[in-house]
Amino acid sequence: MTKMLGSDAILRSLEAEGVDVMFGIPGGAILPTYDAIARGTSVRHVLARHEQGAGHMAEGYARASGKVGVAMATSGPGATNLVTPIADAWMDSTPIVCITGQVKSSLIGTDAFQETDATGITVPIVKHSWLVQDVRELPQVMKNAFHVARTGRPGPVLVDIAKDVQEAEFDFVYPDEVDLPGWKPPTKVHERQIREAAKAIAESRQPIVYAGGGVLSAEASAELLALVETGGLPAVVTLMGKGCLPDSHPLNYGAPGMHGSKYANWALNKCDLIIAIGTRFDDRVTGKVSAFAPGAKVIHFDIDAAEVGKIRAAEIPVVGPLKLALTSLTRELKALEQRDRVHWHQTLQEWKALYPYKYRKAEGVLKPQTVLETLRDLAAERTEDVIWTTGVGQHQMWAMQYLQCDKPRSFITSGGLGTMGYGLPAAVGAKAARPDATVVCVDGDGCFQMTCQELATSALEGLPIVVVIVNNGWLGMVRQWQELFYAERFAQTHLTKQVPDYAQLAEALGCAGFMVDNEDDLESTLRAAFDAGRSAVVDARVDPDENCYPMVPAGAASVDVIEMPDEEFEHEPITG
Amino acid sequence: MTHHTVSVELEDKPGALTRVSQMFARRGYNIMSLAVGPTERRGVSRVTMRVDCSEHSFEQIEKQMHKLVNVLRVTELPPGESVERELALITVTAPADKRAELIAMSEVFGARVADVGRDAITFEIVGRPEELDAFEELVRPHGVRELVRTGRIGLRRPGSPTSQARQKAATVH
Repeated sequence: MTKMLGSDAILRSLEAEGVDVMFGIPGGAILPTYDAIARGTSVRHVLARHEQGAGHMAEGYARASGKVGVAMATSGPGATNLVTPIADAWMDSTPIVCITGQVKSSLIGTDAFQETDATGITVPIVKHSWLVQDVRELPQVMKNAFHVARTGRPGPVLVDIAKDVQEAEFDFVYPDEVDLPGWKPPTKVHERQIREAAKAIAESRQPIVYAGGGVLSAEASAELLALVETGGLPAVVTLMGKGCLPDSHPLNYGAPGMHGSKYANWALNKCDLIIAIGTRFDDRVTGKVSAFAPGAKVIHFDIDAAEVGKIRAAEIPVVGPLKLALTSLTRELKALEQRDRVHWHQTLQEWKALYPYKYRKAEGVLKPQTVLETLRDLAAERTEDVIWTTGVGQHQMWAMQYLQCDKPRSFITSGGLGTMGYGLPAAVGAKAARPDATVVCVDGDGCFQMTCQELATSALEGLPIVVVIVNNGWLGMVRQWQELFYAERFAQTHLTKQVPDYAQLAEALGCAGFMVDNEDDLESTLRAAFDAGRSAVVDARVDPDENCYPMVPAGAASVDVIEMPDEEFEHEPITG
Repeated sequence: MTHHTVSVELEDKPGALTRVSQMFARRGYNIMSLAVGPTERRGVSRVTMRVDCSEHSFEQIEKQMHKLVNVLRVTELPPGESVERELALITVTAPADKRAELIAMSEVFGARVADVGRDAITFEIVGRPEELDAFEELVRPHGVRELVRTGRIGLRRPGSPTSQARQKAATVH
């Protein structure tokens, strides 16, 4: 037991939880805690330029490391700026603890300066939240907060701490145990369900593994690989799951969904058994649910019981930790004789050969897909690990299609919420988690402009990243929808390629800036950025006309994938 | 769509009820009635809720509620296996010449006169929600000035199979 202030107790709690980095911005209501930082802590504080940036950094850190990310902000606008990262972490099951200052207890409820009901605002998008108004509750709340964030299905929690609590002195003891009588995430799996699942797999003629981000959260990549190889099971991997099974593995058929390949969508739709693992039948994958995989039986593995049967009924539900479940399943499967599936494998191979991701190069224009392919090839040469982050839109989908991720936690993206501007700060956070890795953010020009201020953080905090802006001068994905579904009425989507001058903006923010607008100079420019020795931004000016294919139109059955139409090549180019 | 009554044991913490009711609102489920109060355990409240939804939705509701940190237990109260009660206060227009008739009628339903004014009577009635509905219908022609109902509360019948199974499980642990 040690006498200390609440503010110091917050830091001692973070240290006890093994936090090595946090991301934040000080302000009035959290000032006592920043004063405690000045007094000393082993936790490194990374000073962001916007609380949204700090939140996404915490997410990037969490996704790259598997540890809980921590963001800190003041009350009012500080807290509301964290709302987007909290919602993002909620949708993508990213474990983060957000610590916000709150006005003094005596002022709560009076509409005081910078007072916002932070716990109230975030109710629908947190696993849980606490408003601490008694310093004696602080250690237990911190202990509980980290436990809730990381156990079960991971996600965001918020701890809102009144300023007077931070200033109060008390006897600090960090508890050994959590005190959460109502929090009981599953720790076991039903062996009977596992046996049922193994039997169904062994009997299936056309099974497909449908793996998602839950595999990464559960650190169950090795177990997934063992399952796939033991059963000789073909797999598709969602955007959020990218990297949970090596992209280079012959049984990995890549991403299904709205911009996934035709062969992955067909595999998922025409199978007789879906083995869903840590994935939630998102509308971006299923398309029209009533038409999705009509002939398939479903085995659904998930840590979250509420996801099982939410969208698609599961004939065999298996709720529990994936590591355990997959280990048992593989063991059971080994004892069973598998159906002959030569025909199914042949069919999948044929589809894959018939419908690869494709685009057409054109004289004098840099195609966005070429940028991604070149990045993929450059990354393959590196001896160190490469971690990718992305924004949201066309560039994100091309990144999903063309980048090759063979390791877990090497592809970090905003899937559920679709947060433009996520990629750059997430890259800074990932770099803080993995200083040994090269972290590359593939961004869009629209996304970049939403959070580019964090380049200053990257430059000044010694967290160098490479940002490659796939600059088509448009809010590209929106433009694509306007072209296809709104009769080419391009309302408010044109940004221009030239303003801002991204290379100069990068320099102004303390980074190296590059510009490339042709294929000849592409590789050398990207190489220069990779080897800049500091944060670097490449403004890659690409064909503004290029649309992202294949595509499943919203609301359509995902089996009805539209390939790049031939007339696509005949369009008059829209000048950026 | 079917009616479901669900009983939720909830930690008595600030904001706990908000989290439950917010989850219903966010996921598009309508709460028809809600009653909350203390239980036999200190620090634990019991919320009785009536929802109108499909079987599939109800399963979702239960699962989503189980994930709330403040929720300790969720149990459905099936009609045959539970005791349900509700309290209503009803102020009915009652000029002097109608009073005797109204009071006689209320006695049949086991309602009590809670207060009498110059030209109105406030009745209190406790019973199964359907009984309250029937009483309300009966007095309506006389002119209902104000009405308030607590929302139903319920418990599993001690003799119901599920309840006994739980008792047994509780002894084993």
